[in-house]
Amino acid sequence: MQSSSERIARIASHLHPPSSQMEETSLLGRSGCRAKGGTPGFKVAILGAAGGIGQPLAMLMKMNPLVSVLHLYDVVNTPGVTADLSHMNTGAVVRGFLGQAQLDNALTGIDLVIIPAGVPRKPGMTRDDLFNINAGIVRTLCEGVTRCCPNAIVNLISNPVNSTVPIAAEVFKKAGTYNPRRLLGVTTLDVARANTFVAEVLGLDPRNVNIPVVGGHAGVTILPLLSQATPPSSFTPEEVAYLTERIQNGGTEVVEAKAGTGSATLSMAYAAAQFADACLRGLRGDAGIVECSYVASQVTELPFFASSVRLGRGGVEEFLPLGPLNEFERAGLEKAKKELTESIHKGVSFIKS
Amino acid sequence: MRSILFRSALKRGASTAIRSFSSESAPERKVAILGAAGGIGQPLALLMKLNPLVSTLSLYDIMGTPGVAADVSHINTRAQVAGFVGDDQLGDALKGADVVIIPAGVPRKPGMTRDDLFNINAGIVKGLCTAIAKHCPGALVNMISNPVNSTVPIAAEVFKKAGTYDEKKLFGVTTLDVVRAKTFYAGKGKVPVESVNVPVVGGHAGITILPLFSQATPAANALGAEDIKALTKRTQDGGTEVVEAKAGKGSATLSMAYAGAVFADACLKGLNGVPDVVECSFVQSTVTELPFFASKVRLGKNGVEEVLGLGPLSDFEKEGLEALKPELKASIEKGIKFANEN
Repeated sequence: MQSSSERIARIASHLHPPSSQMEETSLLGRSGCRAKGGTPGFKVAILGAAGGIGQPLAMLMKMNPLVSVLHLYDVVNTPGVTADLSHMNTGAVVRGFLGQAQLDNALTGIDLVIIPAGVPRKPGMTRDDLFNINAGIVRTLCEGVTRCCPNAIVNLISNPVNSTVPIAAEVFKKAGTYNPRRLLGVTTLDVARANTFVAEVLGLDPRNVNIPVVGGHAGVTILPLLSQATPPSSFTPEEVAYLTERIQNGGTEVVEAKAGTGSATLSMAYAAAQFADACLRGLRGDAGIVECSYVASQVTELPFFASSVRLGRGGVEEFLPLGPLNEFERAGLEKAKKELTESIHKGVSFIKS
Repeated sequence: MRSILFRSALKRGASTAIRSFSSESAPERKVAILGAAGGIGQPLALLMKLNPLVSTLSLYDIMGTPGVAADVSHINTRAQVAGFVGDDQLGDALKGADVVIIPAGVPRKPGMTRDDLFNINAGIVKGLCTAIAKHCPGALVNMISNPVNSTVPIAAEVFKKAGTYDEKKLFGVTTLDVVRAKTFYAGKGKVPVESVNVPVVGGHAGITILPLFSQATPAANALGAEDIKALTKRTQDGGTEVVEAKAGKGSATLSMAYAGAVFADACLKGLNGVPDVVECSFVQSTVTELPFFASKVRLGKNGVEEVLGLGPLSDFEKEGLEALKPELKASIEKGIKFANEN
C-alpha cells in the first residue's frame, strides 16, 4: 500500500516544491517560547479559522509538513472545525480556540499568524466598503499579537488590505513591537489570477507562467507587470487592456458570480497557503524564496507598497527592484499610487484618531 | 461579467474546446464532482483543482456552482474548470468524465445515524446515477453520499437497469475511516502518523466499520486489548464525534474532502497505469457472503484490478466481523429495495 506521506506529498506538492539545498537540514526550530507539538516544524495560528477562507486554509495548513502546531481561532464554530481537521493523518497538532477570551492562548508561542478574519464583499461593494467592520477586527487581533507573539510573522488577508496593513503597523508601533519586515499583506491571489488569465490568453499551462504584480490589493492599485512576464511575451494593446482589467477586477468577478453569497474563498485559501508556505520556508532558512507582498517599503515614495521581496529568517530580507516598466505600466503606477495613498492614510488615521 | 466571446477571441490560436498543454506528459483526465457547492464539495473541488493529474474539473450542483467555479478557476494549476448548475446541465457536466465523485446530499445532525439520511439521499443518488449511466457509463464512481452502505447498492441497481454496470468501477469511499484509524492509532501508540498503515474493512457506519489494528504498521507494542477496543470504538464513532462538535452545523467536511481527494487521486493513478495502488474501498465483493464489502483493493486501468482478502484477523476482529454482518446486510438490502421500488 502506498504510504500516506507519499500521497499527501502528491496532493500537497504544490505547497512545498523541493528545496534543493535545505530539504534535509533540521534548522526548523526557533528560539523562544514554543507551544507543544509532535514533529519538528513551525507553529501557525489562523485568526478567523471558521470562516469561508479560514476553513479551507486551515485544511491546507494541516496538510503542510512544515507545520507542527496549528491553532485555530475564531469567535464562533472553532470546536467543530478543530474536531474535523484533527482526524486528518498529518503531523500537525490542531488546537481550537473560541471567543476573544481565548485569543491570547491561541497566539502564545506562534511563529506565523495568518489573519483572514472579517466580513466579505457583496455585489456592488468595494473592498473599502468593508473598512468600518474589518478595521476594528484587525486592531483587536493585532493587539493580541503584540501581547503574545510580537516576533511572529503576520500574514494579513483581511480587506481592505491596503488599509489593514497600515492599521496593523500602527497597532504594533503603539505597543513598541513593530518590525516592518514581519508584517506582510497577502497579494498572492492577484499573482495567481495574473498567471491564470495570462496563461489562458497565451495557451500555456498556468504553472509555467509568472507575472509580477505590484502596488496594492484593490482595483486599480493592482498593477500586473505584463512586460516582465515569464516566459517573455509580447501582448497586443487589446490583450494588455483585457488582462489588466481582468486581473484588477478578479475579486469582483467572483463576488458577482457568487451573487451575494460571498467572495473568493477557495482560491484565497490556496493563495494564502502558498504564501504562508513561502514564509515558513524562509523561516527555515531556504534560499531564493521570492514572493510579491504588500509591505512597508521604500520602493516608491509611499510607506507601503507591494512588490517582489525575498523572504528569509527575518521575514522580508530584500526588496527586488521594480524593474523596467513600459509606458502603460508607468501610467498605471501613478494611478495606483494616488488611490493607495488615500487607503494608507485611512488606515493610519483609524488608529491615530 | 466578462463576455465569453471576447475572452475566447483573445485565446491565441486555441479553440474553446478542451486543450492540452504540449509541456504536460500526464494523460488528460476529467473529474466531475456532483454536489460541488456543498460543505464537502467545495474543499474537495479545491483539492482536485490542485491535483496535477486532473486536466478538466467539472463542478455540478443544484445551486451555487457558478460562484464556486469562478472562484476555483482563478487558481493557477493545470485543470480547466467548468461549473454546471441544475438538472438540465448535468449531462454536460458528466460527458467524458473519467472519475465522478459524489458528495451530494444532506449531512447528519446530532443524534442522527447515517441511515437517517437514507430517505433524502437515496433519491438524490438514484437521479445522479441515472445520469452517469447515460452520459459517462465508463467512469469510475466514487460514492461519498451517506449512507454509503446503502447508496452504493442503489447505484449498482441503477447501473444494472441501464445495462452499464461494471462492478470494477463503483466505489464507496471509506478512506476517511482509514484516515481516522491511522490518526487515532498514531496518537495512542505514539508513532509518527505519516508512517502508519491500518486497513479498515466492512462498511461505512458505526459497527460496520472494522479497523484491523492487528495488521497495523508500525507495530505499537504498548497497546493492550483495552486500547484496541477504545481505538476501534473511536474509529467507528469518528463521524459522530465531528457531528457533535459541530453542534448542528454539519458533519465532517474538510477531513472528508481530504480523504475523498486521496481516494480520487488513487483512482487517477490507477487509471494512468501506476502499479501497486492499493486502497480500502466499499465495493462489490466475494470476500464475505455479503454482496458488497470494504477491503483493500488494487486499482488500475479498469478500476478494481483485484479485491484483496482480509488477511489474518485477531479474535476481537473476528467477533467484530460477525457482529457487523447483519447490519451491513440490512443496509445493502435496504438500498437494493429502494432502487427496485422507485
